Amino acid sequence: MSRAEGGGAVSARRGLAPGDEERPRAFALLGSQLAVLFRRRRTWAMLGALALVPVLIAVAVRVTDAGTPGDGPAFLSSIADNGLFVAFTALSVSVPLFLPLTLSVVAGDTIAGEASLGTLRYLLIAPASRVRVLAVTYAGVVAFALAATLAVVLAGVGIGAVLFPIRDVTLLSGDTVDAGGFVLRTLLLVGYTSLSLLGLGAIGLFASTLTTVPVGAMAATVVLAAAGQIADALPQLAWLHPWLFSHYWLGFGDLLREPIAWGSYASDALLQLAYVAVFGALAYGRFTTKDVLS
Amino acid sequence: MSAVGTTGGEPAIRTDGLSKAFGSQRAVDGIDLVVPRGAVFGFLGPNGSGKTTTIRMLLGLVSATAGTIRVLGEPMPSRTRTVLPRVGALVEGPAFYPFLSGRANLTRLDAADRCSSGRTRAARVDAALERVGLTAAAGKRVHAYSLGMKQRLGIANALLRPRELLVLDEPTNGLDPQGTREVRALVRSLADEGATVFVSSHLLSEIEQVCSHAGVMSAGRLVAQGTLKELRRAGRPRVVVRTPDVAAARTVLAALGLELLEETREQAASALLADGTAPEDVTSALVAAGARVRGLAVEGSTLEERFVELTGEGFDVAR
Repeated sequence: MSRAEGGGAVSARRGLAPGDEERPRAFALLGSQLAVLFRRRRTWAMLGALALVPVLIAVAVRVTDAGTPGDGPAFLSSIADNGLFVAFTALSVSVPLFLPLTLSVVAGDTIAGEASLGTLRYLLIAPASRVRVLAVTYAGVVAFALAATLAVVLAGVGIGAVLFPIRDVTLLSGDTVDAGGFVLRTLLLVGYTSLSLLGLGAIGLFASTLTTVPVGAMAATVVLAAAGQIADALPQLAWLHPWLFSHYWLGFGDLLREPIAWGSYASDALLQLAYVAVFGALAYGRFTTKDVLS
Repeated sequence: MSAVGTTGGEPAIRTDGLSKAFGSQRAVDGIDLVVPRGAVFGFLGPNGSGKTTTIRMLLGLVSATAGTIRVLGEPMPSRTRTVLPRVGALVEGPAFYPFLSGRANLTRLDAADRCSSGRTRAARVDAALERVGLTAAAGKRVHAYSLGMKQRLGIANALLRPRELLVLDEPTNGLDPQGTREVRALVRSLADEGATVFVSSHLLSEIEQVCSHAGVMSAGRLVAQGTLKELRRAGRPRVVVRTPDVAAARTVLAALGLELLEETREQAASALLADGTAPEDVTSALVAAGARVRGLAVEGSTLEERFVELTGEGFDVAR
């Protein structure tokens, strides 16, 4: 993005009035995009709902007994013993549904939402180049993926610390790390989960360039998120599994080994990058040639 | 204003054979538009005649099926980045984020242009709001704005920077008579500052008083364009004499070399008014010939009549 913008800046400067001379501000629109995203009540409602997931889990575990190990979502049985596990449990519950759902709302809204408000035409004649609008709205999706994951994890760590003891953690590999080491792993977890959502975000961005009805793009993205996971659960489609954007979504258990197994982190990153490249290119191809009639 | 009118003698807008087809429907059909620098150009036509599609093509929002466009001397849409910062536009009604304030909306749209100055942004936004009389409502969410207020905000957006060309699509839509007058005054003051103003409307009367030039669209074609004077002249005005002495009056009109017309009204005679003949000459000739004159009027010379003649009358959308 920055290279393409740098090239445009030189030629664009000729159109300026003398009093307007200033270094072009490549990130002004990005800042504005994030402000629009996070000034919306809808965004905060979704983040709040996500933050409720760990609270609900922690309270449920606190007021009942811990249950049998092996029942319920991953890490659930460890919570009563150590509050640090609330965040992990909440994420493994949120990853299949709540995170993709909320991300689909934001990703499907990108271009289609601007188009339905009519603000897209005013952004384009401001002028913001179409590539720039695409890149900046996708950056908003990335920011939301990070914020959504953080909402779950921070609420999880907070409620875990309040309701349960915090102590050194025994990892899946049998080694023990202290709370500080565990926080580091939790940060890696935030990175992993946000990264995992980027492919879906790119699919949503592409869907959003196809329509001026944001709800349509959102629904299409949610349906694909569900279909991806269903396909991933069918053994008959085993050949397809490594190519599904949702394949590594629950692979973050590897972060709880000593040493950390980076295999799924790397595979996931590569896969998500491929999705971003492919659907980013499709979105680019569609959006840069499209007649903006809204 | 320093940015205004500095780039030579090429027209502010020039299109050659500009066309746009949506499927089999030709929304814009080979128009050759010429908007001279410094003009206030009224772009007229009934709803559905292709005005907005043309404006979208001028601004690079819609690609042309055929033809070329030059705006401020540069080809569009290939030079969008250098042309559009010099163009302020209101396209097919205002559009804003309802959950942001008026000021926040303008700030965002200004930030979208990567070569607009962040240092002066707040001051320019406030100046634009002031200019359209929205200072008091600047902090309110657009959600709470009336249509007229949104329209004003849309115009403020076009005025965020000094512009060489303003494209205003139906700028008086939704405004009360007072607001309409204010828009007219605004257009005039922009023109006085040297900007070219391209203003579209389906109501001639809204803009007739401020335009120096006009173009008339009908069913996707540009059926007339030029200065208002040229357009009026093309309308072939008629002189209509109200008199009890119809035969005498017709004789006088014929003697003046005017082409007589069939007249259905009683006690009236009419003829096409030739270029060299002034209405007062007709009056004195009639009086000299002893024809009693109750009234004498020149018809078909107002733009309104010319407009109706070109586009047809009535409420039917063209297509």
